[in-house]
Amino acid sequence: MAELIPFIIGIPLLGFLINGLLGLAFPAWREQKLLIGIIANLSVFVPFLMTLSIFMGMTGQSDPTVVTLWTWMEAGDFSADIAYRIDQLSILMALIVTGVGSLIHLYSIGYMGHDEGYWKYFAYLNLFIFAMMNLVMADNLLLLFLGWEGVGLCSYLLIGFWYSDMAKSIAAKKAFLYNRVGDAAFLIAMYLTFSHVGSLSFGEIFASLDQIPQTTVFWIGFLLLIGATGKSAQIPLFVWLPDAMAGPTAVSALIHAATMVTAGIYLISRMSEMYVLSPEVMLLVAVIGGLTAIVAATIALTQHDIKSVLAYSTVSQLGFMFLALGSGAFIAALFHVLTHAFFKACLFLGSGSVIHTMEHVEHKLHDEGKQVHYDPQDMRNMGGLKKYMPSTYWTFLISTLAIAGIPPLSGFFSKDEILVMTFNAGTVAEYGAVYYGLWGIGIITAFLTAFYMFRLTFSTFHGEFKLEKNVAGAEGAEKHLHESPKTMTLPLWILAALAVVGGFVGIPNFVASTFAGTDVSVNQMHIWLGGSIADFDLVLSKAVEWALLSGAVLIAALGIFFAYRLYGNAEVEEADKLVSARTRPLYSTWSDKYKVDEIYEGGIVNPLVKFSNGLYVFDMRVIDGLVNLVGGTMKLTGSLLRYIQTGVAGNYAFALVLGVILVFYLLLF
Amino acid sequence: MESISQLLHFFPLIIVTIGSLVVMMVDAFSKDTAKLYYLSVFFLIAALAASISDVFGPAGEAFYGMAVYGGTSAMGGVIVLLGTLFVVLLCKEYLTAIKHHVGEVYSLILFCTVGMLVLVTANDLVTLFLGVETMSIALYVLAGLIKRDKAGAEAALKYFLLGAFATGFFLYGIALLYGAAGSTQLTAIAEVTDGGLIYWGGLAMLLVGIFFKISAVPFHMWTPDVYQGAPTLITAYMATASKAAVIVALIILLGRAFPDIHSDWAEVFQVIAVLTMILGNVIALVQDNMKRMLAYSSIAHVGYIMVGLVAGTAAGYSGVMYYLFAYTIMNVGAFGVVAYYERQKGLDFTNMENYGGLGYKQPMFGVAMSIFMFSLAGIPPFAGFIGKYQVFAAAVYEGYIGLVLVGVITSVIGVYYYIRVLVYLYMREPESDTVFQQPGMVYKTAILVLAIMTIYFGIQPGALSEIFTQGFEQLQIMAATGR
Repeated sequence: MAELIPFIIGIPLLGFLINGLLGLAFPAWREQKLLIGIIANLSVFVPFLMTLSIFMGMTGQSDPTVVTLWTWMEAGDFSADIAYRIDQLSILMALIVTGVGSLIHLYSIGYMGHDEGYWKYFAYLNLFIFAMMNLVMADNLLLLFLGWEGVGLCSYLLIGFWYSDMAKSIAAKKAFLYNRVGDAAFLIAMYLTFSHVGSLSFGEIFASLDQIPQTTVFWIGFLLLIGATGKSAQIPLFVWLPDAMAGPTAVSALIHAATMVTAGIYLISRMSEMYVLSPEVMLLVAVIGGLTAIVAATIALTQHDIKSVLAYSTVSQLGFMFLALGSGAFIAALFHVLTHAFFKACLFLGSGSVIHTMEHVEHKLHDEGKQVHYDPQDMRNMGGLKKYMPSTYWTFLISTLAIAGIPPLSGFFSKDEILVMTFNAGTVAEYGAVYYGLWGIGIITAFLTAFYMFRLTFSTFHGEFKLEKNVAGAEGAEKHLHESPKTMTLPLWILAALAVVGGFVGIPNFVASTFAGTDVSVNQMHIWLGGSIADFDLVLSKAVEWALLSGAVLIAALGIFFAYRLYGNAEVEEADKLVSARTRPLYSTWSDKYKVDEIYEGGIVNPLVKFSNGLYVFDMRVIDGLVNLVGGTMKLTGSLLRYIQTGVAGNYAFALVLGVILVFYLLLF
Repeated sequence: MESISQLLHFFPLIIVTIGSLVVMMVDAFSKDTAKLYYLSVFFLIAALAASISDVFGPAGEAFYGMAVYGGTSAMGGVIVLLGTLFVVLLCKEYLTAIKHHVGEVYSLILFCTVGMLVLVTANDLVTLFLGVETMSIALYVLAGLIKRDKAGAEAALKYFLLGAFATGFFLYGIALLYGAAGSTQLTAIAEVTDGGLIYWGGLAMLLVGIFFKISAVPFHMWTPDVYQGAPTLITAYMATASKAAVIVALIILLGRAFPDIHSDWAEVFQVIAVLTMILGNVIALVQDNMKRMLAYSSIAHVGYIMVGLVAGTAAGYSGVMYYLFAYTIMNVGAFGVVAYYERQKGLDFTNMENYGGLGYKQPMFGVAMSIFMFSLAGIPPFAGFIGKYQVFAAAVYEGYIGLVLVGVITSVIGVYYYIRVLVYLYMREPESDTVFQQPGMVYKTAILVLAIMTIYFGIQPGALSEIFTQGFEQLQIMAATGR
């Protein structure tokens, strides 16, 4: 299996090089859309099959295998190895990345089919898979960081894919800069780790955990957490993700929902053995997760852009995962990564299908000579799409039920495990009282999730089509509505099916035990990952677990019920007014997105700019002055020294004789 | 009989020798110079293949200790032949373009290569001298290849006069060492560690001869004039293959004849290295002529290489080998691009001032030039960085911190003039609207291959450095400090 690693990592890179270089060198190549699509798809699908074959050959007990391809450089104790780690965690992540990646590549053929930058898009997408595979398969923090930066770059390139639109360029820049803040912390964490362990490979870090002082463990954990909040869009660095929706929708599904944003969760799970040593940092992870979950969920209630709702929903679900990590439920967090990858990718692709159609309608209206302009992502213009786009509707509905936590869909199992484990942490962890509070926040967020997701589904697909009513000149728009092509609906159905059955790998043991009458172990996630991850023990009694489970289902059902009462007929604006009247004055805070962007702008960015302007003067006058002085001196010396070079051979011979004297002097005296 | 079977270990040398004679004979009877080009390429590829297989073959002494084979020698042969092959590949198009495609170029280059291949196998001062002179005489002629060009003729004459002067020292050094040791064999000389004035004087003069060939300061004065005056690709050849050959010979000389007096010669090398690094880099700063700039840059690189020699350990020597390898590919590439620009009509395209916007006129060469410049400046992830890193690391490990500090600071100075080229290529307006003649397929491919190698060996240095390190063990080139 180790011999497959170079291919699993290398094939996506090859795909990137082929499409990227040929597209760059030969404009004719850019027109070969079918070929480009096939190459790009195979570059992800083949590694998926290879990963699958490795997965088949492993069990939960298999020892990790490290494959060192080569050593880039060594300096003293430090060695930069291009080394990959095959263990349960990395293979799980690799399956998600290549599996969901394959489906989204397939979907992109149809979705991006008419775009001029088709070749570039697929080249970037393959590069992303390459970087992401490096991230999840790396055996040391340095290579992981390389992948981490690589996915950041691809995210930047793809958010700003339509870079001629200024707003999209700015969104890309924003995402990149917020990530840099996290990356700085990541780097410091690496330096700290290296200075205490003398190595950055995971095996050696885990082996020498007991030699690292407690405070250092806290700081490394804390700094890695800051890094993770950047990549995984958590408080305080979450504001870039909603803006990142400027990219193509398939990108939002792949990078900003299913894979890249879960890198932070992967990182903390990878380092789980270290995190459990510091209760303070665990608490911090949980608090950040809990707060992010509820803050994002409340913002999602107020949004009208369908991708924006999904973006805040993603931030909120990532918050759940962090809550799980902080509660010592690393496996539950990864389980949620898995199920979330299915249903959220499906939701994003579904929204892409809707947007695709709404744009199509706009183009058709233009062809008819009607100069109408509207936002194809605004749910207030939609409604009633159910009968025109059945595949999109049903898959969207299934995924919405999954994210809301309705049994037996996948989201139910993973979210329930997170809530149970948070409650459990209240019993077993230090600072237990806080965890009980976080469990409360989790329950409220679960209610909100069901509510805003059904608000979205009802408003988009139920009721009447509202575009013709809302936008002047859009008469006759309804007849242009149609379902998306097969390459787009096939991935939707596959993902929806996975969103249904995906949860069965994590059926809670207590449920099975109750039915079986004896204690059984059926939770495949725990069987698979239990050996390599340091989860807290679950100490709750079966009765408590049943109570928590029923409570969670009840609260989700309640959310759906309220959403149906308010939004069932898809009259979004009227219902929003009602909600806003009931929740005043909170509602305005929510719809203003807690003014986080404004606070950052006024509290950090502007003072920083002022400070920088001050420094700039210092830099110009003093630093640059010094640099220029040194440079000038060098150039002056050079221009004086060049006169030695007289061009006369006799002088050269004279210099040679001086040299002879020098060598004699040095050797003899 | 024994010595005949030993010939088997010298296949590359034999192939190139036969090749040079064949090419000369064909030249005498045929008007078709293209034929000579293909013949030379054929012989060089055959020799390179033989040389690469020698790297993995046995190593030892031959011909009653006159020569060594395998190990470091074979690797030196690979570097020399690689540089020569690429120069010859580029040569045809270049010489045709400057209307000087004459047959003797090929036989001269092959003769010269014979000298280099003798050099890298030298295990005796006499063999060493034979190699140096075979190489040098061919080089003198090559420098003045273009007879109607006055600058070229002047360069050739200067090179010859000063070269003869230095050879005098070299030969006198050999004579004195023979007097001190009673033998010219390297291993016999190693047994003497203090033979009085004759011994030390002999060593000093021997080193002077070598310093001249590798253009270490203050024996470098000929370099800028000759490099500027000679045809550009011949300059590339002189700057890479000939230096690589002499430095490999120097490693074998130091490692086999003077391992026990490392601390003595290291002192000389330190002083010369510091002078070379400072002077080479500082004067390169103010050069506007590309060939002159690259001449000073090559002087500076010799300074860095000497840092690795000062370390005197297997790591240091292996770093030097890596450096030579990287330096050969990136420098042939850089000169190749300059030679392409130079033959365009309208302006003097050896002058950097006229490089404005050239990066956009031939995008591939622009990118390739950027890669070569970054690599020469020692910026990762290119091969030049790894070479520099390895020699500096070896010196730091042996405690030569001050020396490496000078190396690092002068490297920083060096970045200025390498990046300056890129500033012209991409950030200045074009000086003229000359339509550039497109390069031929071979030319383009050769430059592309060099650029790819520069990247590849910057990312994947492991296997090659391991082979280099093994070579020293095979030939028992003793690590002077006992490590």
